Amino acid sequence: MNDIIVKTVARIIVPFIQMYGIFVILNGHISPGGGFAGGALIGVSLILYTLVFGVGAAEKKFSHRLGDLSESGGILIYLLIGSVGIVSGGYFLTNLEAGFLKGETGALLSGGMIPLLMVAIGIKVTSTIITLFHAMIEEDPS
Amino acid sequence: MKRFIPVLFFALFLALTYAVLQMPPAGTIDAPSYNHTTEHYLANALEETGATNVVAAILTDYRAWDTLGETIVLFTAIVAVISVLRKRPTAEVIRDE
Repeated sequence: MNDIIVKTVARIIVPFIQMYGIFVILNGHISPGGGFAGGALIGVSLILYTLVFGVGAAEKKFSHRLGDLSESGGILIYLLIGSVGIVSGGYFLTNLEAGFLKGETGALLSGGMIPLLMVAIGIKVTSTIITLFHAMIEEDPS
Repeated sequence: MKRFIPVLFFALFLALTYAVLQMPPAGTIDAPSYNHTTEHYLANALEETGATNVVAAILTDYRAWDTLGETIVLFTAIVAVISVLRKRPTAEVIRDE
């Protein structure tokens, strides 16, 4: 899209959408939202970037390799956090009994493993949305 | 025989509509979905998980196993889409030979 107004507005608005997405992910345990909603927000900001600046520019920011890594990394972080429960003598995905920080009610650092799992889900949903979009919008040169 | 099929479906539609009308209104305390599990979550979620958002507490603490399955579903979906749509350099090499 070769329009100076759209490009300028998108360049200004994309960081704010991403910041809001990170806010929603990190505050998932104390306010409405969470990993799925925040990950969708960050993914949508990258879709906006792709639509405005083209697939080539967007793949410099979010490459195939980064997509593959975050795609598998989200699940691996989730499994790793779950395994802490087994190591500390409980069940898989044990929360507070496994020694995660309970924290002060309503503080950002509270809820044990819930914020960590939210971050893992956020990474996963972001890369799912943007990888799906890039895979579908890419044109075959042949 | 064929002319009875629409009648059959209309009767089914009426029966299902009747069944829907018999359901309790959403959010009432008599609803079958409001059982001891819901009460336990609402009463003890803050104490047992430390999260003020009960939905997040259910999603990633009580039902964390289900959420793991959900992320695996996303992973499988994206792997399937990529394996069909993304062009691979190895495939072209094989085709050229």
